[in-house]
Amino acid sequence: MNATLERIAVPTLALLASAVLFGLLLAFYAHVDPLEAFALMYQGAFGTWFSWQNTLTRAAPLILTALCTALPARLGLVIIGNEGALVVGGVAAAAAGIAVSGAPPLVVQTAMAIAAMVMGGLWIAFAGALRQFRGVNETISSLLLTYIAIALMNHFVEGPLRDPSSLNKPSTWPIGDANMIGTIPGMDVHWGLVFGILACLLCYLFQRFTTWGFAMEVIGGNPKTARMMGLDVSRYVLLACAAGGAAAGLAGMVEVAAIHGRANASLAVGYGYSGILVSFLARHHPAAIVPVSILLGGIGASGGLLQRRLDLPDAAVVVLQGIIFVAILASETLYGRLLKPKAAT
Amino acid sequence: MASDLGLWSVPLAMIAGAIRVSTPFIFVSVGECLTERSGRINLGLEGTMVMGAMSGYGAALISGSPWLGVLVAALVGLMFGALHAVICQLPKVNDVATGIGLMLFGTGLAFFLGKPLIQPKAPNLGAIDLGWWSSIPQVRQALQVNYLFVIGIVLAFGMAWALKNTRWGLIVRLAGESVDAALAIGASVARTRLIATSIGGAFAGVGGAFLSLYYPGSWSEGLSSGQGLMAVALVIFARWDPIRCLWASLLFGAAGAISPALQSVGVTQGYYLFSAAPYVLTLALMIATCSPERSLKGAPGELGAVK
Repeated sequence: MNATLERIAVPTLALLASAVLFGLLLAFYAHVDPLEAFALMYQGAFGTWFSWQNTLTRAAPLILTALCTALPARLGLVIIGNEGALVVGGVAAAAAGIAVSGAPPLVVQTAMAIAAMVMGGLWIAFAGALRQFRGVNETISSLLLTYIAIALMNHFVEGPLRDPSSLNKPSTWPIGDANMIGTIPGMDVHWGLVFGILACLLCYLFQRFTTWGFAMEVIGGNPKTARMMGLDVSRYVLLACAAGGAAAGLAGMVEVAAIHGRANASLAVGYGYSGILVSFLARHHPAAIVPVSILLGGIGASGGLLQRRLDLPDAAVVVLQGIIFVAILASETLYGRLLKPKAAT
Repeated sequence: MASDLGLWSVPLAMIAGAIRVSTPFIFVSVGECLTERSGRINLGLEGTMVMGAMSGYGAALISGSPWLGVLVAALVGLMFGALHAVICQLPKVNDVATGIGLMLFGTGLAFFLGKPLIQPKAPNLGAIDLGWWSSIPQVRQALQVNYLFVIGIVLAFGMAWALKNTRWGLIVRLAGESVDAALAIGASVARTRLIATSIGGAFAGVGGAFLSLYYPGSWSEGLSSGQGLMAVALVIFARWDPIRCLWASLLFGAAGAISPALQSVGVTQGYYLFSAAPYVLTLALMIATCSPERSLKGAPGELGAVK
């Protein structure tokens, strides 16, 4: 009972503390009424159908990249190479889209998604393999792989895949309007949101109801026990890393096929790093990733309104996101201490 | 004369790049080296560096003295480092994630507070002219050396000496290698790491001030291209030795300068791959020296992030 209450009370406290800190910054530095600002943020994030759509569009890449940290975290790995997996996924998707561009749109889109997921999956699985077979720390190697991914992207968009007509911002050839994945019927939100929610649902069901999912939980709880039980730890590590990388790779494909229409430096704008924090905020739980992403997407979406109405810099919402991240991470320490069970009498 | 140097412009640009681009790397990596030697990793130095760049620029603008800007940047960095240390000392808090959270917070806060600083021009830090002997303008320009570059080198050697030879350095190393040993000699691990992380933050702040006050020499939101995070890779590449951090910083700086240099002499293919060289080398080094039985050679034993 206490544990359930705690799981709600601790993050709520952290969110409240963040709101107070941000409110103080607004009141004393920017001389803006914090209550008015929060009301506007609500308006800009969830107040109208238009703002909801903006929020959901921003949440989509966060949901997918968060899985890249969340799935390996189940086994006790800390992967922070989400941005790299997204980038290689986006470039692979664009390359695949260009290669089969004559085919019917559905074939092209499928090829793009598969290419992105395979590349993203291999990218993170490589970090997992290095850890299992060479003992290389996966946190650092996945960070290094992100920089290698960005260099590779620059190489491809400036070289072999470059569209000569993209002068100011070197890009690959466009995949073609017909091959864009478009929006969900009835709303102005692209299909990436559906992919993300489906991926989280699948991961949740997998972890909850399959023996493989249970085996992963055992490994995360105690790798030694798992080995003594005869579980092939390396296989599960590779599987979780590949699945996480595939999710982030798919996020890259969505960026290409739903937003930019081509691969370029706009892929590496930090969704991967935000995804790491979403995963930690959701405590690596696939079902919690969706609401956390929507909350952060909403904060991001409200930036424009704050800028227009209160003349605040657009970075204001990044500050709030940063405060929330740090507060929630720090609040982890309160678990088991906030609501101490009564001493046995 | 000799404004067309042909292929010689590539090594020259690399030397110039190694000197200019490496200075922030030297500060951030030597600071991170100290932090990691005490057994803590700080992935938030990117945010600290950008905060240092912003506050240093602002302070230089208001006071008219760039060196006061550097001092303010160091103080702001110190506070960010201390914040990271205090949060990580709480039980059950993940230091990798906290670092990334602080990276986001720091960059966001710097852009928020630094909005009015984008237009005005603050005074620059001066440079020492080491190219006086040459009549070639490119050589003279390449050998414009900033004071902070020299200070960074001195600090790297000073840090290496202090870690090896002072009681304080011994305590830092003990806190990083074995908490039990540190407790046995009566040192406070928490306080040691607080100090080491704070100083690491101050170094990163100065590295940021170099960016906004010397090269590129103005405040903008695209000022840093990830040097703060790269420094983490750099410290591993240098295997936690401040003097090797210095060499690695020069190498990373030269690698960063090679792509535009090759481009300018007409190489049209593949030059972007060179900018990945430092990361490929670091990864290769890790693969070569790690084994499932033991972690990286030279790694502090208590450093959870590289176990």
